[in-house]
Parts: sequence; structure tokens; C-alpha cells
Amino acid sequence: MAGLGGGPAAFGRCTHAVVRALPESLCRQALRTAPGPEVDFARAEREHQLYVGVLKSKLGLQVLELPADESLPDCVFVEDAAVVCEETALLTRPGAPSRRKEVEAMKRVLEGLNLNMIEMVDENATLDGGDVLFTGREFFVGLSRRTNQRGAEILADTFKDYAVSTVPVHDSLHLKSFCSMAGPNLIAIGSSEAAQKALKTMQQMSDHRYDKLTVPDDAAANCIYLNVPSKGHVLLHRAPEEYPESAKVFEKLKDHMLIPIATTELEKVDGALTCCSVLINKTSEL
Amino acid sequence: MMTEVGSETEVKKDSEQAGADKAKDKPEEASDTPENQKSRKAFSEEALDSSSVPVPTSQSSPSSQKKEKDSSESKGISRFLPPWLKKQKSYTLAEPKDEAKKKAVGEDQVIEESECQLPEEVAQPKKSLEEAATENQHNAKADEKEEKHSVSSAETQPAKEDGKEMEVEKVAEEKEEKQVEKEKRETKEVQTGEIKTENIPQKSPKKIKTVQCKVMLLDGTEYSCDLEKRAKGQMLFDRVCEHLNLLEKDYFGLLFYENSDQKNWLDPSKEIKRQIRSLPWLFTFNVKFYPPDPSQLTEDITRYFLCLQLRQDIASGRLPCSFVTHALLGSYTLQAELGDHDPEEHHSDYISEFQFAPSQTQEMEEKVVELHRTHRGLTPAQADSQFLESAKRLSMYGVDLHHAKDSEGVDIMLGVCANGLLIYKDRLRINRFAWPKILKISYKRSNFYIKVRPAELEQFESTIGFKLPNHRAAKRLWKVCVEHHTFFRLISPEQPPKAKFLTLGSKFRYSGRTQAQTRQASNLIDRPAPYFERTSSKRVSRSLDGAPIGISDQSLLRDFPTAQGGPAGDKVIDIEGVGQDKLKEGSREENGSPVKTPQLELIQDGKNNSLRVDGENIYVRHSNLMLEDLDKTQDDLLKHQASINELKRNFMESTPEPRPNEWEKRRITPLSLQTHGSSHETLDIVEEKKQAEVGREETVVIDETNKGKMQVATDAGETCKVEHLSKKDSSSLPSDSSSSSSSESEDEVGEYQPHHRAIEEVIREEQEEEEDTNRKREHQEKIMQHVEATTEGSKLNVPVERTAQVTAEALVQENAVTIATEEKNFSEDMKQDLGEEKEEEQLRLNGDVSHVDIDVAPQIICCSEPPVVKTEMVTISDAAQRTEISTKEVPIVQTETKTITYESPQFDGSTGGNAGVLLSAQTITSESISTTTTTHITKMVKGGVSETRIEKRIVITGDADIDHDEALAQAIKEAKEQHPDMSVTRVVVHKETELAEEDEE
Repeated sequence: MAGLGGGPAAFGRCTHAVVRALPESLCRQALRTAPGPEVDFARAEREHQLYVGVLKSKLGLQVLELPADESLPDCVFVEDAAVVCEETALLTRPGAPSRRKEVEAMKRVLEGLNLNMIEMVDENATLDGGDVLFTGREFFVGLSRRTNQRGAEILADTFKDYAVSTVPVHDSLHLKSFCSMAGPNLIAIGSSEAAQKALKTMQQMSDHRYDKLTVPDDAAANCIYLNVPSKGHVLLHRAPEEYPESAKVFEKLKDHMLIPIATTELEKVDGALTCCSVLINKTSEL
Repeated sequence: MMTEVGSETEVKKDSEQAGADKAKDKPEEASDTPENQKSRKAFSEEALDSSSVPVPTSQSSPSSQKKEKDSSESKGISRFLPPWLKKQKSYTLAEPKDEAKKKAVGEDQVIEESECQLPEEVAQPKKSLEEAATENQHNAKADEKEEKHSVSSAETQPAKEDGKEMEVEKVAEEKEEKQVEKEKRETKEVQTGEIKTENIPQKSPKKIKTVQCKVMLLDGTEYSCDLEKRAKGQMLFDRVCEHLNLLEKDYFGLLFYENSDQKNWLDPSKEIKRQIRSLPWLFTFNVKFYPPDPSQLTEDITRYFLCLQLRQDIASGRLPCSFVTHALLGSYTLQAELGDHDPEEHHSDYISEFQFAPSQTQEMEEKVVELHRTHRGLTPAQADSQFLESAKRLSMYGVDLHHAKDSEGVDIMLGVCANGLLIYKDRLRINRFAWPKILKISYKRSNFYIKVRPAELEQFESTIGFKLPNHRAAKRLWKVCVEHHTFFRLISPEQPPKAKFLTLGSKFRYSGRTQAQTRQASNLIDRPAPYFERTSSKRVSRSLDGAPIGISDQSLLRDFPTAQGGPAGDKVIDIEGVGQDKLKEGSREENGSPVKTPQLELIQDGKNNSLRVDGENIYVRHSNLMLEDLDKTQDDLLKHQASINELKRNFMESTPEPRPNEWEKRRITPLSLQTHGSSHETLDIVEEKKQAEVGREETVVIDETNKGKMQVATDAGETCKVEHLSKKDSSSLPSDSSSSSSSESEDEVGEYQPHHRAIEEVIREEQEEEEDTNRKREHQEKIMQHVEATTEGSKLNVPVERTAQVTAEALVQENAVTIATEEKNFSEDMKQDLGEEKEEEQLRLNGDVSHVDIDVAPQIICCSEPPVVKTEMVTISDAAQRTEISTKEVPIVQTETKTITYESPQFDGSTGGNAGVLLSAQTITSESISTTTTTHITKMVKGGVSETRIEKRIVITGDADIDHDEALAQAIKEAKEQHPDMSVTRVVVHKETELAEEDEE
């Protein structure tokens, strides 16, 4: 049924995924919070293809692949362009002006899915999907350099069923740079001070008590949880080669089917696992 | 006697009547028969008569009390009203004078608040002792209390053990209400006077006057019935529920509207008339407590009414939903009302008579129909259940919103729900305070305050203030909070404040059944499911239009001017950082001692500089706001605040949190101690211990302290006295109490401490909240004992050397070394204190008495760390001398404790004395006749090892009669005995040189 996602039991259900190929301009022009080594494009592409392959082949999602746009170096990070929850999609107004046009392609593809579309047109509002954590019961929106209060308000207006709480994010790009959902009631959280502080804020704001999975590396706390009918709990997480200690933590999740995926190259430009897809659960065909 | 009482009652009635007359309640009159009107006039006349004769209220009251007992019949509370309540009129003239007097004393606020208390005191002579004790305690804290104008003063209330006392309380409550009405009444007197001439025997029971009540029901129909004029709310509510065939009625209530958006819950335990005053007898039956899990309701009919309420909520926009949810809930509504979708019968527009959303589009209706088709086969009851299953997950389900402003004048909404209090700004949740987190709820004037436990990153409790549009809005919010907390969190309603809490202000408590109780009761329901008709059409036309129900007839309302101004009001919000026990204490010491400041600076050097700036900024900001209510000048406040900040920092020692950004400020705003410091806590303590002696003792100590040292303290002392006096005044003059009414109960104060009542619950809550703390406690504990004592020449049995004029501290232990820095701070503080104290003769000794500062903490203690620690050595060092004691064991006095958890992210390392993470800080204070002991326990984690340091300050107070040496020795001995597994690492004895001769005797 529609509405409120059928409750927490349905959390992580997903039928479609939107992804976008990476442009070569990403290597040199993608935004990055800190200077660092250049992205190895070939390797980045391989990693991304593996990522898409897992969603498509292994998990059986219907993957909608958008073509790269060389004028949008960050376009591979589709997550920031839209927030989709149940049958409603909010097209965002990304905090970085250079990324605003990414939304157009996203809009087209989502329209094809016949979702209720809301566009963020307020020029004072900015919101990156990377700052939006949906727990299945409520939203947390990171107030970061990319997302402001107004953006959060519009999100709250869009998803009226849910509480929307704001969480200050200071030291990292996005809220989900150090956390994500690793299960229906499980928040994966990094160990940094900032991450822990944000978690405390979220705990304080919530009527619900979440379990937490603390991993040593903030970046590794960004994982993708899916509830796949034939496979149960599925967790895409960063590879042991990248974050061995964190991977060990994930490996303790006995009920989860674990799929390690390296995102080494995209991480150089602040990419993480959730950034590269918009997950959609279409329960009704309208 | 009986007759006397009877007449009193009459009087009461009359006055009420008068009120009614004044208001010229049209509907009421219409319903009244001519005869009724006549009699009414007669009543009012009598009222005048009786009121014109001043009666020695204080004496008569006890007797009337007794009577209350005897005639426990439910004649309406008014019958039991002691005469003093009715006296208000006659004393009206005197009021201004009284107030003037009080002001002269300079304690307006306190006085006004305390006035409410009088009647009780009079009525309960036996409690006078306790009362006195309480007052003393109050005195001790008066300064802080006053400064804060916190609710604290509202808490004076004699112990009550039985039902009778409860009645008294009710009376008081009524009186409170009366005060609110007073203005009106006065106006009316004139009118009544004119009517006087017609005299009438009113006592005959036959003459019961009835009034017609109209109640808007959830299905949009109207129920009307005749009620006795003095009927209580419960009477009407029961009738309505009977009419509805509703058994699980505790979730519901009756509303009356002051204007279109000010809704008030009719209190079942009080007379209707008193509550609605001049408003029409028009009510709305509504859900009051939204059950978090409607599936646990026993009867379908209950769920049905809940559904009706929610449909209203949704259609009116009070309960926001997404498009999809609107459609889904709408489809369940259709299923419940119309049954299976029938394409033949249900044409395209069959749906348009329903309203599913505030703004309903064609698209939505189509979607509703489409979903309706999918519900085929669901019975109406099942459809309702499905509806509720979805609706209950809406984030605003059961959230009662109130407009308010935050500290910066920003518009916010306060939402009261089953789990606690939510703060919203523009639809965004910006903070949340679960019930376990809230220690106290209070309001004063148009301010609403919550005192919250320290957050994990904070060390001190804070009190957060919100500004509501007006006083009544604040009180309304407060009541709703009290009721929700009680209903959802307690097993049984708390008894009205017992002796512990002396409450001056509103004694309102939720008196109905709690959710737990109503569930239990529901389990006993044994009847076939009642038949009820779902009649959609009625509902659609009426209740779903989004207008507040019950005000359908706006013209009625217009005739009755509402007492309240618009919500605009002033927008100042006070956020008080309420410091904590120690802070308070510290501030006292610091103030007025110029010498100290430099020292503090030193301590803070490097570490805390930035912090200090923060604190001051915050302080300034808020102090300005606070000024509103204060008599003090801003300079005073600043000074005080500054010193408090200093102290706080000094005490905390550990790293301060980084400066909070705007957001954080808004959400938690742990402000540093306000001028008014910890009045809240003070009160609490007072409540906790009511032994008279203790109270007295405290007063003494404080006074002495004040004399010598600090200005602030001195002020406080004086203040206290004043307050004391004023209290007495008021108590001796019953009329005083009524005088406060002139302020239109603006000063009325309400307080509610969610935790006091149910200890088991408290523990549970604590556990929830303190999980982390517990974990940390598993570490090995090391302990430092720091005993400081001030003596006038003491011969210690303990090996203590005295070297005059020498200030030395010996650290005889590894532990000590680690903590050196902190200790130093403390001991230096001590020295300062001592230095100043020298001027007086004052001994401080070890003992166990709890200090004023202690917060309500008993509960906290339950689950937090047991104050047991180990230490290995004792060093006694003195400002004037140096001594060493080896292997002394020092105890911690077990009394109230406060646990503060503080994490300082900056202390990660393990080097240096400062290094380490401060896990928690705890203060235990205790008092005995001659001694005051303050114990600070701090836990640090250094290099994975947790270390607990206990620092005790023992003040021996006494005169020449006391052998100080012995007292000190005794104190140490006691400490040792109490905690055999701990050892004393260091004892610093401050000797007062000037008194040396005395020492030597």
C-alpha cells in the first residue's frame, strides 16, 4: 500500500535505481572538499560499473542509467539531485551552483516513473540529497555548506507524513558523509567526534530509539541497505581493501548479505556509495 | 456550625452568580426561567451582604475544613470553600495597600507568589512546623529564587496526608481561579448591589438552577442537556459519554473555546461555571489523549470516535499528511462509511461530499476512489483500524501545538505529545525533550519553562524558557504538559503535591485515569460490541470544514470579550541557563571577593578563554531578557553572572563545549547560570527534606557566609529574610492572598516536576538516559579525596601539623598528582573563601547535611554511580599549615546526589594533570547541625583508566562551644567509616589565623 511506506517493515524495499555515468571532466573539475590525488578515470569507471552491476544483476533492480554530461563534472552523484520517498520525489536545488543543472535529467527520468514530483524552486533554498537521511520513520537533514534551513523546510513540506529534524554538519561535506542506514532500525555511524555528535543530536530529536553500528572510518559508514525480496537484508559497504577495520564491523552483521564495493576513486572527489544512486520503490503502477 | 458553613457556601454561590450576571451570558439567561432569575438575584444580594461583613477568616477556615470532611458529598467544591476565599470582595479595598506595603519591602514577586499559600497555612496549623522549616530553607535560597522569579516559589505546600488535605488543595485551586475572575467580579458588584433588594431564602434544595449545555460531538451532531449550574465538568462529560455509549472515555475530553483558537480543556474535577466564566455553555467533545497504539483500544466504538477526530484533524490541516496519505486515509474512510466500492452506486461524485484534505483536488479524489476499490471486503471496523494504523504513524499524530517564541523572539511551535515536548520551527523539528529528560515544568506570567537534565555534552541542568502569547496560554500549555506526562508516563496519577512540594501557584494535577489505568479498566469491559451508526453525511457538512468545532456560532463568542490579548504580545523569551548547585555556591564565594578573580583567571588560562567569552555573551543576551522581571539592575546581574560563569568554569575544569552555533543555542541552550542561579534546584531541595532543623541550619550557615564575604551572598541573605517576612505577613493576613488576584493571576505560578512522583519510573527513565554513563562506570575507579575543612584552631587527633601563615598543599599520591591541577583550583578557591571568612568566626566542619544546592536528585542517584570510591592516602594541608595524614579513609556522605555527565572532547590524551576526559561530575551535599559538607566527585578517564576524584569541602560552623578539633577529627573519622574502601589522599585544612588564640584556648 501507499503511504507511510507500509511501516518500518518495508524499509529498504526498492524496485528502481537511477544512476548516471561519470564524465571525464570529473577527474579535473569535480568539486572536492580537499585537494588530493587525481582521479584515475578508468578505474573510477570500473568501480562504478561494478556498482551498477550489483544493483542491476545481483539485486535485480530496474536500473535507469542516465548518460554522462561533460558540462556537469559531478553528475555521477545523482543522489544530490533528488530525494525520493515512497511515491513522492523532491527535485532539489543543489547547494553548489555548478550542479544545479544536474536536476534536469533527473527530473526527466523520474517523470517517467510517474511519481508525485515536487520541485524546489525557492531561490533561497538549497538542498543536497546527500544531506538527507531517511530512516524509515523520519528524516534527518544535515545543515551543511550545501543545505540550508529553507531547503530543509521545503523537504518537510514535501514529506508531510514524517518528522523532519535538522542536524548541523560542520566538518564534512554532507550528513551522509559519515552515516547512513545499515538496516531497518540501524544507523551506521562513523567514529569521528563530529559523527558522534551528530548521532547524539539525532538520537535526541527522535522519538524512536535506533540501534547504531559504529565503524572506525567515517567514510565507511556510508553504506547502502536494501531489502530485496529474494535475498533479505542486503548491505553494500566499502571494501575491506579500503577500510579493513570498518569492513570487519560490517562482517559482524550476520543477517545481512554483504556486498563490498570499492569506491576508491570517487572518494577522492567526496563520493561515497549512496551518492551514486537514487533508489525508488514503486509499489503501484499508475 | 452546620449553618454557618451553609451560609458560607451560599455566599460562595452568590459570588459566582454575580460573575455570571455580570457577563450577561445571553444563552444562559435565555434558558433560565424567570424564577431562576429571581433567585439568582437573591443570591447575589446575599453575596453582597456576607461579603460586606469581614469575617476572621483564618479562624473559620479550619472549621470549614472539618466540615468538608464530614460532608464528603459531592456538592461541588464551592461548598467547601473556606470563608477566606469569599472574602475577596470585602478586602478589595485593602488590597492595594497591602501590595504597596509589600513592594516597599522590595519583594513584590516573591510576595505575590507566596500569597497563594496563605490559606493553606491557616488551614493547617499542624503543618506549621514544617512550614516554618520550609520557609527557612526558602530564606536560604531566597536570593536565587527571587532573582529567577522562577517558579520555585510556587512550591510551598504543607504536607498532606489524607483526603481532607486534598480537599484543601482543591479549594486553593479554586481560589486561584477566582483570582483570575476577580476583576470581573468586582465590576459586577455594582450590579448585584442594585438587585439586592429582593431577598430570598435560597437554601432549599429544590431551587437547583439548571443551565442548558450544548456539546458538539465528533460526528458533527449536537448534544444538549440541562445541568445544574454548579455541576462539575465530570458531570457533563459523563452525560456525553453516556449519550455516545462510550466506555473508554479517558482518552477524550470536553473543550471550550475562548476564541477561535484558544481552546481549553474542561477540568472534570471543577465546576464548569468557574472554568468557562462568562463564556457560553458550549463545548466540543474531542480526543484529548491520542493513544499511540489505537489497536490496543478495546472497543471499536472508541476507535471510531478516534477516527472521527483524526478525520477532522486532517481535513482542517491540523494533522498534515502527504498527498498519498490523504488519499489512503480517505479511501479507508470511504470503506468504513460506504462499504465496498460499488461502481453502479458510487458515481464519480459520490466522493465529493467527503473532505479528505484541507484542499482536495480532483486528482486526489480519483486516487481515493482508486484505493477505495482495493479495500473490498474490509468491514467498517477493519477499515477504521487500517485508517488508524496509518494515521498513528504521522509525525504530528497526537501532537498538541502551541505558538511560542524562543529566546530570540523567533516564532516556534511547542508540541506536546505522548513522549514529551517537541519544538518546531517552520515545520522542522529543531528540538525534542522526552519526558524522562524533563525535570520540571513551570510557567510564570506568560513564560513557560522546562528544566531539563544535562545533555550528554553538558554538565549542568538547564532551564529553558519560552514566551507564550499571554499568561493564559502559558498556563494552558503547562496544564497540557502536566496532563500528558501523567497520562502517558505514569502508572497512576500522582497525588496532588504532597508535603514535599510546597506549591504556591497552581496545584493543578491531572486527576483522571492514566493510560495504564484506562487500559486496565478497558480489559474489564464486558459487553457486546455496541451498535453504532456511522453517519457520514452529517459529519461532512459540519465537522469537516476545517473550522474549529464548537465555535460554529461565532456571534456567541463575540459577545463575550475574551480576556486575552492577541498572541502578539511581547516576544521576549527567556532562556535561563540554570546552573547547578555548585555553581550557585561558587558564585556566592566569588562575589565580592576581588582577590579571587585573578586566581580564576589563572586557572582558566589557556584552556577556557574562549569559553568564557561564550558564557558571557550568552549571559548578557539573556540577562537583558531576564531584566524584565527583575528588580536588580543590569549591572548587578552582570556581575553576578560573571562570577557565576567563572565559578562554573572553574568548577567544571574540563573543557567546555565549543561555542554553540545558532542552531544549538536554540535547541538546547544550556545557558550559564542566570542571575538567579539555581532557584529551581534550591526549591527542590527544600522540598526533599522537610525537617525543620535542617532548614534552620541551612539558614544559619548561609547567613554567616554572607556576612563575611560576598555581596551577593549578603544580598541573598537579606532577600531571604525579606521573603520570609513577607510570607509571614501574608499568612497572618488572609486578605493578602486575595490581593494578589488583582494582578489577574499574572503572577500565578505553576510547577510540575515530572519525576518526583514515581520513583520506579524515574529509575527506568534514568536507565534509559544514563546508559552511557553506566558503561563508563565499569572502568576501574580511583579516587581522590580532598577534604577541606576550616577550623578555628583545631587540635586534630589526626596527625596534623599546623604552620601558621603557610599555605601549602601536599599531595601524597600518584592520583593526586594526576589531578593536581584541578585540585589546585579547588583548594585555591577554598583559600579565597577562607581568607574572607577570617573576618568572621566561623567554623566549618564535617557532617552530613544536605546542602541547599542539591537538586531534586534523589532519583538520579538511584541509577547513577554509587558514591563509593577508593583512595590511598590522606594529606592534610592547610592554608596556614601543612600536615600529612597517611591512609585515612574518607567517606562520602550518602545523601542526595547529582550526576552530571560531561564529556570533554579536548581531553583525549593522558598527559598532564588536566588530561583526561571528564566523565561525570557529581555533587553531594549534606548538612548537620554544625557542619556542612559539600562533596564533589568527578570522574576522569585518562589513558583508558577511569579515575574518580572526590573532593569534599567541610564547613564546620559553630561557636566556642564546639570543639573544632574534635569535630574535624570526627568528620574525617566518619568519612573513613562510611567508605572503608576509600582512602583519603589529601586533606587541606584551612586555619583561620585570626582565630588562632581561640584555638589554643
